[in-house]
Formats: sequence, structure tokens, C-alpha cells
Amino acid sequence: MDLFEYAFMLRALTGALIIGLAAPALGTYLVQRRLSLIGDGIGHVALTGVGVGLLLERSPVITAVIVAAAGAVGVELVRERGRTSGDLALAMLFYGGIAGGVVLVGLSHGSSNASLIQYLFGSLTTTSDADIVVISVLGAAVLAAMLLLRPALFAVCNDEEYARVSGLPVRTLNLLLAVTTAVTVTIAMRTVGLLLVSALMVVPVAAAQQITRGFRTTMTAAMLIGLVSAAAGVVASAELDTAPGATIVILALVVFVGLTAGAAAWRLTGARTRRTRNAEPAGLASPEPPDVVLHG
Amino acid sequence: MTVLTVRHVAVAYGGRTVLHDVSLRVDPGEMVAILGANGSGKSTLVRTVLGLVPAQSGEIELFGVAQRRFRQWARVGYVPQRIGAGSGVPATVGEVVASGRLARRGVLRLPRRADRDAVRDALHDVGLADRAGDPVSTLSGGQQQRTLIARALAGEPDLLILDEPTAGVDADSQQAFAETLHRFRQRGGTVVLVAHELGPLEPLIDRAVVVHGGRIAHDGPIPQPAGHHAGPGHDHVHPHAMPERQGICDWAPSERTRTF
Repeated sequence: MDLFEYAFMLRALTGALIIGLAAPALGTYLVQRRLSLIGDGIGHVALTGVGVGLLLERSPVITAVIVAAAGAVGVELVRERGRTSGDLALAMLFYGGIAGGVVLVGLSHGSSNASLIQYLFGSLTTTSDADIVVISVLGAAVLAAMLLLRPALFAVCNDEEYARVSGLPVRTLNLLLAVTTAVTVTIAMRTVGLLLVSALMVVPVAAAQQITRGFRTTMTAAMLIGLVSAAAGVVASAELDTAPGATIVILALVVFVGLTAGAAAWRLTGARTRRTRNAEPAGLASPEPPDVVLHG
Repeated sequence: MTVLTVRHVAVAYGGRTVLHDVSLRVDPGEMVAILGANGSGKSTLVRTVLGLVPAQSGEIELFGVAQRRFRQWARVGYVPQRIGAGSGVPATVGEVVASGRLARRGVLRLPRRADRDAVRDALHDVGLADRAGDPVSTLSGGQQQRTLIARALAGEPDLLILDEPTAGVDADSQQAFAETLHRFRQRGGTVVLVAHELGPLEPLIDRAVVVHGGRIAHDGPIPQPAGHHAGPGHDHVHPHAMPERQGICDWAPSERTRTF
């Protein structure tokens, strides 16, 4: 395909593939913990970080990582104490983060609503070489942490009290998960944008769950679905001239709907086969009427 | 050396004292049942021992080491009342049981042959070897409880602490449970078991500790059920039990009861 003769398309694809792998790997733990919306909250906070960066005329990615990580650690500490409900803590993040971001971006020199949109909905094709280096390094770090620490992170997300009694460093692992969420959100903001980041963490996992039975297989399948949606999304968005981030998310949703329908059909036909099998003896007996059998 | 020592421990939740001046000692190889009505403080007692609930005062020692300095948590196997709440993603029986091996194996080390063998043996011990690949959510309540026991056994602990493991569990699973605990003790293990009713576990118990109103009301042989609970036709149902009221204690102090 000619598309990839353009350097910006190659960069876009690289960025998308890294996010396509890293976001579902992290998302599997978040969904297991029933924190599917935390990525959204952290995404809103990251917007304040972007505003800080633009205001100080520094790299918005770096300030966004710092502010989002601080927000994520704050949420984790609130959750750990269990004083404020997680629901309310998330609401504070959503509104504070987005309001702070909009105000700060407005105050910064030479930025307009266009730059706001770029961060809210992604801007894959304007990704620079320097951006790709940052995305690759941080993405690799997220993936490595999620895969190498899988047994421990699974234990903590599956049963936190048990993990504590096992002597696992529960708090460190929880904070690691919080910081990883912040990092993933920030590197994904170039690809899908802050408002759609959470979708890439959650939708592939939800899709994978339709056909898997275990945690490891769910994680692997989710990463595969993320990867395929990201690749297909970048290509499709170039062909159709649509926004890459939204196209990737739509494709992941299509996979989810497809797998859900497929799994339902599979269960239905499975049930029918079993029923037919159970009905077999009656079916065999019916060609001969009872009286014939009696007289024979 | 004692396996577990609790000295004059008091625990409060949100200003309300749940345990007053509780002392308890468990020796190696013992199987001790902690009995009491709902809300008596018996679960709080084991949760305090495990470090899940902070003690306000008093001392706790595990294997002769003060709880605060205790690091060998792999020696303690904990079986909670129910399977963990985190179930947004399916997990297989094998995966849940393997997570119990982590305390012994370490967070960063890859599983070795001994780790895989321990997980397999634990699954075999509770009779779930053929269900290892099934999602935990497809199991019955009794099988889920057996999964939690297997998870604790996978770490090859010296002390098992079980919090009402047989509540709401079918008779077959209760029997399987009793056999598993019997084998654990034959290997030299120590057991502390919180229970509301003992059922098939009763013959295994060496000593019963009755918690009543946050205090230890009895420490010795299993007390006989008091009052109308002792009647032959009593089927032990609490349709609308009021746990914190006096007089609904299943193990009410009797003349055999020593008061502490």
C-alpha cells in the first residue's frame, strides 16, 4: 500500500500499535477491579497537565504525565482509605481536571480551541519523531510492568485482602497501577485523545471476555484485539478520511459486538445440539408405532 | 514455641469496641475452633491476627515473632469467607489457586517445578483437579470455597486460618473440607477455624474458644449447645437473627464454661 510511503503514516501506525497493545494490557487489571472508568477520570486530569505545559511553554506530554500521575496517586490514596466513595472522588477528578485544563489552555499564549481539540480527540497524523520516541519508551515500560508483574497484579486485583495477608507489597503494586494508568493515558492522548483513552483500555477487554474463560487468555485476547483495531483503524481512517482515534474505537466496538453476537449464537446452537442429542432415543423410536412394536 | 499468641488485645471499629482484652494461645499441631454468634467478634479476632484490622492495644505474635516484625507470611494460609469481589474479568480455578503460591515464590520469580507441583497437589487435595481450567464463576458455592482452601494450601503454610469456611456450603463439600483439613493436620499443620456451626468438622477439633460480646467466654472442650438449641428436633435456623442482642448466642456459657 502506498499509504506507508509517507513518514507521518508510519509514525501514526507505530504510535497506534503501541497504544493498541499497552492500553488493553493495563485495562485488564482495571476492569477486573471494576475501575473501568478510572482512565476517563485520569484523562480529564491530564488535560490540566496539558494546560500547564502550554502555559509554561514546555512539552505538554511531560507535564501531563506528572499531573496525571499525581491525580492517579491521589485517587488511589482516597480509595485505600475508603473514606470518600470512589464514585465521588472520580467525579471531582472529572470536573476539576477538565475545567482546569480548559482555563489553563485558554490562558496560554498562541493556543486556541484547535489545540484543545487536538488533545481531547487525538492527533495521530501530527505526531512528531520525538513524540514517537516518548510513546515507544513509555509504552514498552507499561507493557513490561503489566506482563512481568502479572501474577502479583492479578493477586492484588482479584482479592486485595488475601494479597495483603500473603505479604505482597499491595500498596506499592496499587500505586504502580495508578501511575501506569496515568502514563498510558498520557501517551494515548496523541492517538485517540483524552476523551477516548478509556475506551482502548476497556472495550478490547470487554470484547475478549465474550470468548475467554481465564484471566491470562482474556489479557492476551484483549491485547490482540487492541492491536488489530489500532492497525485497521489507522488504515481505515486514512482511506475514509476520518479521525484515527475515533475510528480505532469504533472498530474495537465492532469487534465487541461481533464477538458478543458470535458467542451468543454459539451458546444457542450448542444448547440446540444438546437438546437434539437428548431427543434422539425418542426420534429413533417414532418411525415404528407402539402397536407394531407390541405385536412384533 | 507457640504458633499464635494473642495477649490482651482490644479492637475498635469507628469508636465502638469490638474486642476487649482478648488473650489466646495456639500450639503447633492444634486445631482450634473459634465459635460465637454473628457479631460476637470472632471474625474480627482472626482478621486482627492476620493484620487486616489494627489492634488498639495488646500484643500478637506469630511463630514467636511480633506481628509488626513478622515477614514470613507464606507460613500462614488464609481462607476468607467468600471469593474476592474483584471479578470483572473471568479467572480460572487454576489461576486463583496459583495466586496462593505467590507468597512462597516471590513476586518477580518465575514459577518453578516445585511451584507448579504445589498448585497441582492443592487442587488435587480439594478434589478440583479436573476443574483447573474452568472459570471460578461457573463453580458451586462449595466448590468456590474449596478453591479458596486450595489457594491457601498452594503456599504450603504451617498455619491455616479459616473464616467460616463452611457457611452455606453443601454437605458433600463440607465432608471434602473435613478430609482436607484432616490431611493437613497429619502433615503437621496447625488450624484456627472460625465457625458458626461445626458440622462434620467437629471430630477434628482439639479445643474450642467461644467469643461472646467481644470477650472470650470459654476456652476448652467443645461446649454443648445450650437451651433450646440442644433439642433433638432443633434444625438451627435463624430466620431473622439479631446478631448483637444478648441471648441469641449459640454457644451460651454453661456450667462447664470458664470465664476469663
